[in-house]
Formats: sequence, structure tokens, C-alpha cells
Amino acid sequence: MKFNKTCLALAMTAVFLTTGCSSTDEEGTLAESTQGTDASTSGLSDGSMSGSQFGSGSGMSSGSGSNLGPEFSDPNNPLSKQTIYFELDSSQVKQEYVPVVAAHAQYLASHPNQHVILAGHADERGSSEYNIALGEQRAKSVERMMRSQGVTASQLEIVSYGEEKPAMSGSGESAWQMNRRVEVGYQ
Amino acid sequence: MILVIRILLVGLMSAVLSVAQAEGLTIEITKGSQTAVPIAIVPFAQQGSIGNVKISDVVSSDLGGSGFFKTLAEDDMLTKPSEPERINFKDWQVLGQDYMVIGQVVGNGGSYNIQFHLFNVQNGQLLMGYKLTVGGNELRRAAHHISDLIYEKLTGRKGAFNTRIAYVTSASRGGAKQYMLQVADADGFNPRTIAESPEPIMAPAWSPDGSKIAYVSFHTKRSEIFVQTLASGQRESVSSYHGINGAPAFSPDGSRLAITLSKDGSPDIYVLNLANKGLTRLTNSLAIDTEPSWSPDGSSIVFTSDQGGKPQLYLIPATGGKASRLTFQGDYNARGRFSPDGRSLAMVTGNGGSYKIAVMDMASRTVNVLTDGSLDESPSFAPNGSMVLFAANKGGRSVLSAVSTDGAMQQKLAFERGEVREPAWAP
Repeated sequence: MKFNKTCLALAMTAVFLTTGCSSTDEEGTLAESTQGTDASTSGLSDGSMSGSQFGSGSGMSSGSGSNLGPEFSDPNNPLSKQTIYFELDSSQVKQEYVPVVAAHAQYLASHPNQHVILAGHADERGSSEYNIALGEQRAKSVERMMRSQGVTASQLEIVSYGEEKPAMSGSGESAWQMNRRVEVGYQ
Repeated sequence: MILVIRILLVGLMSAVLSVAQAEGLTIEITKGSQTAVPIAIVPFAQQGSIGNVKISDVVSSDLGGSGFFKTLAEDDMLTKPSEPERINFKDWQVLGQDYMVIGQVVGNGGSYNIQFHLFNVQNGQLLMGYKLTVGGNELRRAAHHISDLIYEKLTGRKGAFNTRIAYVTSASRGGAKQYMLQVADADGFNPRTIAESPEPIMAPAWSPDGSKIAYVSFHTKRSEIFVQTLASGQRESVSSYHGINGAPAFSPDGSRLAITLSKDGSPDIYVLNLANKGLTRLTNSLAIDTEPSWSPDGSSIVFTSDQGGKPQLYLIPATGGKASRLTFQGDYNARGRFSPDGRSLAMVTGNGGSYKIAVMDMASRTVNVLTDGSLDESPSFAPNGSMVLFAANKGGRSVLSAVSTDGAMQQKLAFERGEVREPAWAP
């Protein structure tokens, strides 16, 4: 980040300094620019800054599970709904989704080996870390309802993505109401 | 007569947006200051090959973007002198300029000799003259350094042009999203990816010495806090408790991280000792407590809490104790960040569903709203305190913006593809 300090100090005191100050030492290691947002981490050959690649998630898979019964794809069955939506800045399960949560709770209570991840989400408004907390509160609301209906703690896992993984991109209430949600992910 | 021309020119210039283009990045001054000082950065004379970096453009963009200066468009210059004896100051007085900068760059087999002079146009006085030599890839850095020197000479405050920023980009690649934590020069050039993942990356925070970045990664589909050393790329997982691991903030001495954990119930603020990983719990409420940030003297931590029903900012001693509420106006005040001198606090302030960046004066507790966006978030002070960098939404896309702390000037940093969020200005 700095130029050769001695060189600078000299330059500061002498206007029109004519001696050339070569900039070596740490300046020699300045990064070769890898411009563009897709600069690859492996392109960093200078050693001044190195990147890290995370693989995709290990150990856990998301999605609605392939071994679930036909009731999960029957649109007349509340089990077919695996997303619970929320009002702005609220973590209260709306009345219309109470039967949906109850149906999943009932299924889980009768299938004690089945695990779900409750993934809480928020819309993009406000601060991102506060939205992480809000998403967790939403997931915990669903968790509490399920626990009170006989689901064991070990069947449920909670994660909050806040505003980081919107279901619908774009700004406006039509997108936001799709993004304030808890997804019930069968494992 | 001169005054009239000057007013005309100022009007013209504020209508012309300054746009810098490079590798998918644009910097656009979206709001110009009315009180900015006119300065002409004359294109430097070039000898030998100097690649595609034009020093006068970089300096112009830096100074113009600072809000303190209004730079003269090259097309409006009557002459383009590069030596002091060639300047006819009357030409520049007529153009309404207060100051001007001329210079030369000489390519010299892999290194460059740069010389520049800063003049007061009104009286022809030489204010500064420099000669510096830089290596092959350092021309942009040299230009930022020249901007710093001019800025400090004319404003009396240190420049922050030769600094870096970190931010998170996300873009779809073949239907799948890819999140990248990048570090770039403060003007967005020279981006380098330091971590990437198909799952979200959040909340980059710089160590006080600028050598490390703490951040949150979801690559295991759970939140986890990492501290990564930039030089080596080596990263260490420092917090992977059950529930939220979020919002890391380095203590001013770099030895601790304030973080948010929900392992004991609702999200609370903890201090993590990086050497022995010991945890100290700072808050203990049923409410959401998150987004900690240290005061520069390390004595206290500001955080967001909804213990009063709506998110507001609170201050708590860094060693624990009673929290006191800082904000009372509006129904949403979150994500406080102290200025480097500790005298002011940037925050996200929400009213009627619209979220803007505001700064509170800590002595008087008066709040000044700086931006006019509706989805502004993640404020971060420049190391000299002159500007606040933040994430904004323009046309449905996340971009970075910077606003001067008096709100007079605003600039936008947009990438061609994808979203860019969660900016953090390096110390």
C-alpha cells in the first residue's frame, strides 16, 4: 500500500526531487491486477493475496426429499405446501398457515426418523444481519408449533439465511412477500 | 464577467455526469456538491509506453468523487500544458478554476517517473511539486497517492484514495448462484476474489491492521465465522456454534471479535477472544441483539436491539454492563458504525418502509440523514471519515454507493453483472 517510505519522505521535503527512488522491497510484490468480477483465485500468482474456494455444502442436502409419500404432491393436501409466509417484521405464523404447520408436525410426529431443516428468510428491506435474526425467529416460531405438536427436537434443525437467498428477485411487495418465509426442507 | 461564466460552467458541469469505465465497473457521481472547489487536472504528458492507465483520469475521478472538488472536463480545456512555464493562468481563470494540476509520466523500462505540480490559478502560486518513481503495476496506486497529496494540501485532511474495500458479489452461473468475497481498490479497480461459495457469504469485517478479514460463510449450510489472512489465503473457523454465527467486528486492538450468537436462545452479543477462543457474553435478552461494532477507543460496543419493540441502537461497555439506548427517532435504526474519530455513528434508518443511511453526532445526538434511497444498508466509514460507503438498490440491483459525510455528494460504484453488497472500507 505504501510507496517506499524513504523515497516519500525525501519527496515531501524536496520539491522537484530529481533523484529516482526505485520502489523495490514490498512494492515489488504488488498484485498483478486481475480485473473483472470473475477474477479467478488461481490467477493470483504474486502471493500478496490469496483466495479460498469453498466447495458446495457437505453432509447436508436440501430439497424436499425423494422418499416422501404421494400426499406431499397432492395439491389438496396441506403437506404439499412446504413454505410458510410471514408479514413484514413479524415472526408470527399467520392463521392460514397454521394447518400447514400442523400437517407437517403430524407427519413428523408419526415418522420419528424423519428430519427437516426449517430455513428462515427475510425480505431485502433493512439491515442484513438483523434480517438473519428475523429469519431465525420465523423458523423458531414454526419449530415451537411443531414441538408443541409432538415433534422431537432432534428431528428439527434451524438455519436462517436472512435476505441472502431470496425466492424471488426484484424489489416490491410482490417479491418481498414471497421472500418472508420459512421453508420446510425434508432431509 | 468572469463570475457569470463561472456560474454557467458550474451549471454545465453538474449536468455532465462523470463516468469511469473499466472491466465491467462504473463509477458515477450521482449527486454533485454545490460548494465543491473547481480544479482542473490537465492530462499528463506521456513519454514511452504507460499502458492503459491515465493518471489524470484517476486523479480527476478521485478528487471529483470526494465531494470537495469539481473537476474540469478535458474537452473544456483551452490548452493542455504539462510544464509550469507553459501555463497561461488567464485561460484557467476564465474557466472559473481555483486550482490546476499538470504533470508528466515517463515510462522507463518497467518503471515510471511521474512529476506533477499543483497551482493556485488565481495568483499563479506553486503550491506543490513532486517527482516520484513507481514500478510496473503501480500507476493507479501512484495516481491515488497523488490524489491523496492534493486532497490533503487543499483540505487539510488526509485522503483515503489509496485504500481498499471488501464486498460480496453474487451472480448466477448456469442457473446456480455463486457468492464471492472480493477485495478491491477503493474505486473498485483491481478486484481479487478471496473466497467463493455457492452458499451465501456475509458481513466482511477488516482487522485494524488490514491484514485479515472476518466473514460469515454458509458453505456448510449453517452459518460459520472465518478469519482469513489476506497474504496467505489461510482461513480459520473461529465460530460454528448451533444457531446464528454472525456479524463479526474486530476490536480496535485486533485481539477479539464481537459477534452475534443465538446458541443460548435469542441472538445476543458475545466477545470472542481470538487467541484462546474464550467467549464473554455481553447481552442477555429475549430480544434480537445483533450487529455489534466497537468504539474506536475500544471502551464500548454499539449494537442493534429490538428489546423496545422495534430495532434501535444501544451502547454497552465492552466489558459488559448496562446497555443505554442511543436512537429514539423513527421506527428502525440499525447497523451502527463509528467514524474513525468516534465522534459520529453511521446507521441504517428506516421510516415508512424506506431505509436510508444516516449519521448521528455522538455529542449532540442529532441525526442527519445522508441518502435518499429506499433500500440503503451496510454503512462503512472511509478511514479518513470523509465518506460513508454503503449498499444501495438501483433499478432492482444492488450496487455500492458512497456519500460524503455532509451528504453533499454521492457516487455510485456499479458492476456490469450480478449484485454487490455488504461493503467494508479497509482501515
